[in-house]
Amino acid sequence: MPDWLQLMLNSLPTLLWAALIFTAPLTLLSFVFGLAVGLATALARLFGPKPLVAVARFYVWIFRGTPLLVQLFLIFYGLPSAGILLDAFTAALIGFTLNVGAYSSEIIRAVIASVPRGQWEAAYSIGMTWNQAMRRTILPQAARTAVPPLSNTFISLVKDTSLAAAITVPEMFQAAQRIVATTYEPLILYIEAALLYLAMSSVLSALQVRLEARLNRYGGFLETRA
Amino acid sequence: MIELKAIEKRFGDNVVLKDVSVAMAERSVTALVGPSGGGKSTLLRCINLLELPNAGTVKIGEEELVFGAGRRVATRDIQRLRRQTGMVFQNFQLFPHRTAIENVMEGLTVVLKWPEPKARERARELLEKVGMAAKADAWPATLSGGQQQRVAIARALAPSPRVLLCDEPTSALDPELAQEVVDVLDRLAEEGTTMVMATHDLRLASKVADEVIFLEAGTVVEKGPAAEVFGNPQRERTKRFIATLRHEQESAARPA
Repeated sequence: MPDWLQLMLNSLPTLLWAALIFTAPLTLLSFVFGLAVGLATALARLFGPKPLVAVARFYVWIFRGTPLLVQLFLIFYGLPSAGILLDAFTAALIGFTLNVGAYSSEIIRAVIASVPRGQWEAAYSIGMTWNQAMRRTILPQAARTAVPPLSNTFISLVKDTSLAAAITVPEMFQAAQRIVATTYEPLILYIEAALLYLAMSSVLSALQVRLEARLNRYGGFLETRA
Repeated sequence: MIELKAIEKRFGDNVVLKDVSVAMAERSVTALVGPSGGGKSTLLRCINLLELPNAGTVKIGEEELVFGAGRRVATRDIQRLRRQTGMVFQNFQLFPHRTAIENVMEGLTVVLKWPEPKARERARELLEKVGMAAKADAWPATLSGGQQQRVAIARALAPSPRVLLCDEPTSALDPELAQEVVDVLDRLAEEGTTMVMATHDLRLASKVADEVIFLEAGTVVEKGPAAEVFGNPQRERTKRFIATLRHEQESAARPA
């Protein structure tokens, strides 16, 4: 067996372990929380009173307009000066959540607005309240349109978690860096890390295809037409 | 049973309904006819408050709501009035992510909180009535326009509304498919369903309606029993309009 392959195989358990206990939870938790923040922000912008619209726009402006790495540094290294001390994982989780929230809010706002007005009216006409119409009629249709753009966000997020290495979270990329520090084989280790990120994104892409197929079972068009 | 008094509706500076007062009796079928932009759709949508009048009174059965400047009408009151009505739309507006029978059940399970089996039973009866029982589990996208509209009629009837409102129910359909829908509405009329329909379709209006209201530029030009308005219109304007409709219908029916 060539040396480089031996090294890759030897490092694999360490990298996979780091992926399992840091990269995966960080990705999943910040995506779920980020979607909740994104939904709330989108609803605020679409239906909220003016002050709330302004708050939502301000939040999106800040988190979309500044680098993610800078946000992470501010939360982990900056906030302690203001008396807020967070452990690295929590700081990363907050940073990624707020970042995902800002980006996904724009997607969610667009897909909710894309459901035809007639669907609201149909829901109201059978007696539904706003909440019922939103939950039963609008969101399920919006969700289908949202799958491709939200999959983009999700896949970006998996890769972006490598930035957490810079604020001392021992996730997969940092694990690779540590092995490099003792083996002096950056080319091999970083290729291995890249391949593992590629593998994770590929799994997500495959899941996206299956989810889309499931949500498409009721027909190819968003609006049924004569 | 339905009473609209002094209804006024504006969109910005555009006055769509001017001081319209009409009444519809229980078990009657009223056709709102007139040129596009005349206000018939808006008047229909003022009955179930999809549009809120700027002024006037809407009364259905014992429920009454008064609109006017400076008056705030509570969402709950709007809902209470709206639940006396069912509506059929020009382009059907079935929920595309629910099957035909789920569309019909939706108002029963979600709004009236019926248990699922009871709702399913009622939905099946209604699909039977509109001739769609065989397609109960089909997705709306796989149905023809006429089939979708028949499911939409069943959906609107499910919560047993006091009145069925139809907004151009046949306008998006070719003559053959429109006929299916006309037949269903005709049968409902014979069973005594109270209906108000905005329509261009002379066949629908003359076959199903007992009363006709002719609207133009937001005012009632003529109203009366269907046989009189269609057979012997009093106003020159009505006469011309009906002649045009008749002409259109005949040239459409003639083979090309």
